[in-house]
Amino acid sequence: MRIFDPHIHMTSRTTDDYEAMHAAGVRALVEPAFWLGQPRTGVSSFRDYFDGLVGWERFRAERFGIRHHCAIALNPKEANDPRLHGVLDLLPRYLAKDGVVAVGEVGFDSRTSEEEKAFRHQLELAAEFGLPVLVHTPHRDKVAGTRRTLQLVAESGIPAERVLVDHLNEATVAMVHDSGCTLGFSIYPDTKMSPERMVRVLSEWGPERMVVNSAADWGRSDPLATLRTGEAMLAAGFTDRDVERVLWDNPVEFYGRSGRLLLDDVPGADRTATYSGNSVLRGERADGGAA
Amino acid sequence: MSGRYAFLGTAEAREALASRVAQVRERPALIAVLFPAAARSVARGPGPSGDPDGVAGPTLEDMVRVELLAALAGALAPPELAQEVRDLYHHGDAGERRAVLRGLDVLDTGREELAGAARELLADAMRTNDTRLIAAAASSAATALLDADSWRQGVLKCLFTGVPLGSAAGVPERADAELARMCADHAEERALAGREVPADVHLVLRHFPDQAARLDTRRTEA
Repeated sequence: MRIFDPHIHMTSRTTDDYEAMHAAGVRALVEPAFWLGQPRTGVSSFRDYFDGLVGWERFRAERFGIRHHCAIALNPKEANDPRLHGVLDLLPRYLAKDGVVAVGEVGFDSRTSEEEKAFRHQLELAAEFGLPVLVHTPHRDKVAGTRRTLQLVAESGIPAERVLVDHLNEATVAMVHDSGCTLGFSIYPDTKMSPERMVRVLSEWGPERMVVNSAADWGRSDPLATLRTGEAMLAAGFTDRDVERVLWDNPVEFYGRSGRLLLDDVPGADRTATYSGNSVLRGERADGGAA
Repeated sequence: MSGRYAFLGTAEAREALASRVAQVRERPALIAVLFPAAARSVARGPGPSGDPDGVAGPTLEDMVRVELLAALAGALAPPELAQEVRDLYHHGDAGERRAVLRGLDVLDTGREELAGAARELLADAMRTNDTRLIAAAASSAATALLDADSWRQGVLKCLFTGVPLGSAAGVPERADAELARMCADHAEERALAGREVPADVHLVLRHFPDQAARLDTRRTEA
């Protein structure tokens, strides 16, 4: 199974996860910028975070044979913090970079006017830089938040196929399907979707424009949730081709609209598998933690 | 015109670079957007070294970006150039930073503003764990600007992270007894831990027989 995880926060994960993901068939991923689990206090924290997403984290992923791309944005939750409004001025520098394949995660958390302002501004930036958009839909009041999200996307003039609306469930799938946007489903152990529920959604709506992600982060989550969903699809009678479409083709088609995806094999990608402390790793330890 | 940008394989790429070089000469501030976009707008891939990671030598996108830096160097006075080079590095992703490091050689580091910027960026790269940045910094002729302590630490960092010492600037001609001691200590520590001793230590130790003898003694004892 070849897997592209279109939404996973690797900065919060360990090298064991990278190894397990590679063994499971994950060859590429997108890491969207998000909240740290606690509030940041200044713009420079974001700058360091963004630098990590386009620098160290890409390097770390490649040590394990996985192509790393990211999406850059001021997330909805922190858009409410006046200390962080300067992050919006920082974004153009990053949106010009090779490893940045989308603007995201943007969207709503509590549907405040500040969130909406930041969301609109970042939709404009996406249009300016010709980048797709990854939209987070809220945990609370999800249906109303998703409806408002689709209104803002329509008003932005960005073509629907360049927008991925994420964290969907049975209650929000219909309206996003009608909108023409790409549909994202986060498979989580407790909340959001399970592999079995995802298979039922796919049975009803078909694989077109559907993407599945682990959204794994610092919370209880599973970086192999994509694989588990593929397995559940096969068990339910979907073909290998259907699985490849949902787990690889669809996310590649979506982020490929940036013109910046790099999906060739990582040179020496088997280096972790054959690691024996020799020059295959250029002396770098397999955990990327040399000095 | 013939032979210009000969490292690029197609006329299309050479023209793309020529047009960007002209843009930088005319409006130097444009480098802030042209530099990050260089790989996707001109060329990317392994350079003459054949190494796609750019550890063994510059990649094609590094070489493209160095041409842009050279154009910038011809368009700005040293103080402004130093600031722009710093900005390109500090706002850069790892690929952009590697290219800035590879491009330090085209700056006139006889000017103190530029020498200061070069020292600062080399030190920053040597603090990372990214072998591509460490290799680019270590192989730069600008390492001649580093004091002996900083330079020795850079060489040790290469050994530690597996960056080939053969391409490190100043090895062996700048090596001194202190560096030889550091290399021998490193080799000894590796041996004690049951780990492989990097063969590259001998690029330094072969010039310092007394330190090399420490390793030979250990081998005999073992």
